[in-house]
Amino acid sequence: MSPVSNTHSQLVYDALKACGVRLISALPETWLVHLIRLAEDDPEVTLVRLAKEEEGVGISAGAHLAGVKSAMLMQNHGFLASINGIVSCAQLYRIPLLMLISYRGEFGERDPWQTEGGGVTEELLRALRIPYAFLDNPSHVKHRVTKASTLAASANKPVALLLCRDLMWEDFEAEHR
Amino acid sequence: MRRLEALTAIYPALESRVVVTIMGAVAAELQSIGHRPNFFYLQHAMGLASSMGLGIALCRPEKQVIVLDGDGSVLMNLGGLTTLARYRPRNLVHVVFDNESLLSVGGFPTATSTGSDIAAIAKAAGIPRTATVHDLEQFQGAFDQALQANDLTTIVAKVEAVGPAAFVTDLSLLENRFAFQRYLREDLKP
Repeated sequence: MSPVSNTHSQLVYDALKACGVRLISALPETWLVHLIRLAEDDPEVTLVRLAKEEEGVGISAGAHLAGVKSAMLMQNHGFLASINGIVSCAQLYRIPLLMLISYRGEFGERDPWQTEGGGVTEELLRALRIPYAFLDNPSHVKHRVTKASTLAASANKPVALLLCRDLMWEDFEAEHR
Repeated sequence: MRRLEALTAIYPALESRVVVTIMGAVAAELQSIGHRPNFFYLQHAMGLASSMGLGIALCRPEKQVIVLDGDGSVLMNLGGLTTLARYRPRNLVHVVFDNESLLSVGGFPTATSTGSDIAAIAKAAGIPRTATVHDLEQFQGAFDQALQANDLTTIVAKVEAVGPAAFVTDLSLLENRFAFQRYLREDLKP
């Protein structure tokens, strides 16, 4: 069984639904498996599986202009791969984006290939002036998702929520046995 | 075939449909024929016009969406063709004006000038209807058929590498963006 938290994925998903999100773009990554499955199984939500995360910026822009609220699920490396689209589509045209970014490469990361991206993620978010918050505890998930969505809509700009290990990777024992 | 002639030929069909274009010559030439609130010009973010079209087409299946793309832009987002094919919006017509060059930045040749075939790539990606056309009559025919077919179509229109005298128009990016949003959401009002 995957140590990715089912319960907490459900919590994040429910918060997105409560904000009115009806389209989700995603590129698979370990921590996102349950979120993607939840979107796929939900008849009220359109899931768009991407080849590369930057496409999601265009899809969310189209959805927004057409009046549909969307969210993007990606790994921090997917965020890195999307930066031109974020700047030259979403920021240039004042498009709200609700980006849920799995924050790989933090303390506790065991995959050597994930360790560089974690070190630059927050610096890049700040450089791009993208407001962000951590989702690292189930108690604040609903609040933070709702507030992020509200700011994205009122400011017409991208915002980011960093899905952290402490929230997504529930089973510490399973990771270290 | 010149792109301006091709755009002029299909303009009557564009008037009542949702149109998303790429930056550069396509945007400037369509505006020179006549801007409308249902036209959106993505003046940067190369490659994402087709992704925007997909987002609109999925969210508003009752509207027909026309994406006016270019060879340079498509080559920057080839994976997007596989996403288009995967979701197969039947209300989307994808026109690629292929002048085999990056015209607006000096005319440097793209890979379509050395044999890469965008219609073949689109077909292999799974786009159900594809065509390459070389003259105005073929283009008009392929475009009309695509509108009738009610299925996802990519038409590669081979055009001369000739553009407008100027690329900057007097339509501001945000004015275009908000008017387009208003147009798209008009019929959502209760």
